[in-house]
Amino acid sequence: MSAMLELRGVSKVYGSGPTEVNALHDVSLSVDRGEMVAVMGPSGSGKSTLLTIAGSLEEASSGDVLVDGSDLRTMSADDRARLRRRSIGYVFQDFNLLAGLTATENVALPLELDGHESGVAHATGLEALKTLGLADRASHFPDDLSGGERQRVAIARAMVGNRRLLLADEPSGALDSVNGEAVMRLLRNATKRGMAGVVVTHDAQLAAWADRVVFLRDGRMVDNTMPPPSPESLLSGPER
Amino acid sequence: MSVRHALLALLMEGPKFGLRLQQEFESRTGEVWPLNVGQVYTTLQRLERDGLVESDDDGGAGAQKDFRITASGQRELAEWMETPPDAGIPPRHELVIKVLVALRVPGVDVHQVIQAHRRHLVEVMQRYTHVKAEAGQHDIGLALVVDAELFRLEGVVRWLDAADARIGQLDAIPDPIPMDVSDSPTIVASRR
Repeated sequence: MSAMLELRGVSKVYGSGPTEVNALHDVSLSVDRGEMVAVMGPSGSGKSTLLTIAGSLEEASSGDVLVDGSDLRTMSADDRARLRRRSIGYVFQDFNLLAGLTATENVALPLELDGHESGVAHATGLEALKTLGLADRASHFPDDLSGGERQRVAIARAMVGNRRLLLADEPSGALDSVNGEAVMRLLRNATKRGMAGVVVTHDAQLAAWADRVVFLRDGRMVDNTMPPPSPESLLSGPER
Repeated sequence: MSVRHALLALLMEGPKFGLRLQQEFESRTGEVWPLNVGQVYTTLQRLERDGLVESDDDGGAGAQKDFRITASGQRELAEWMETPPDAGIPPRHELVIKVLVALRVPGVDVHQVIQAHRRHLVEVMQRYTHVKAEAGQHDIGLALVVDAELFRLEGVVRWLDAADARIGQLDAIPDPIPMDVSDSPTIVASRR
């Protein structure tokens, strides 16, 4: 099975000459369907750059980015835009919901932009909200929702339709730890249902929800965790 | 963890025998803390000696002997719940010492040492989180026990992150510090 997301030797350079900044240096990462990978690192380590390149919001300076086997570099701009609309869902730290639209309208928006008939888009959007336990908030505007509810709406929007790649940048940044955990549970469930997920965070408790954690430092991937062994190993207690 | 006070708490619900106390202790701590039944009986004997519990004296000895909490047992439990745990004295932290040593030993990349510990801690956190994720949200005992471990481990990871950043900011080799780490807390305080 091919990976849903594959970065091969990706580098990103901003500026040139004396102001040149190497945001990413020769990063390779492969994320399968059904897998959630967390990217950890301090501020300025290249975490967000990695995510925007994976989501085709920015181009790599060198290296290859493949989404579901398609090389972004060889795609036309139209095809890339279609891929972003249909296949990639984004969750941001500050939710990025449109204040003038209800929860359902926010979730349905990507479908409508992709040419779906409005009634169908709304029905699909409502269904996604129901899955996340937000049926009774469907006609509320973002300002009338709590932080945790807003982020669930944003996750519903990122999952609606047949999206296959879920990219999240500090998805529970402003939420308390219990709401943050709820967000991570939803992202984990989405990947268990077959999406591939990448979560960027500096928070070890959130990263620990991932199947695999990779560590960035100064734009380089320096390390990653091994897949977690069975939970039984906790009882024998390596860390006491 | 005070097994003594955990048993008193379980007895607040009514008289129980040893095996049942052992099973309830394990299930309510999310089965993260195994407790053997021998330890339960030894603890019960001491509690009885101290007058905090009492048992049937009517010959019902052995595994089926019921234990009850006494009035002074109840007072002891109430006092214990509100007594702060001994968190005032910083322990001599092995990890702190390892990082201090890595900082001084020639040819060692301290960032690499820090990363090895960070990876290990995050792997342990992944295992705990996996337990929590699989258990669902209704097992409150397990969630609380696992959260306590996760917050503790996260604190250590954050210390490593801060150490990494601090060391990264030093542009020159720091002033020599003694290699004698037997009094390491004072070394931390007096550096720079």
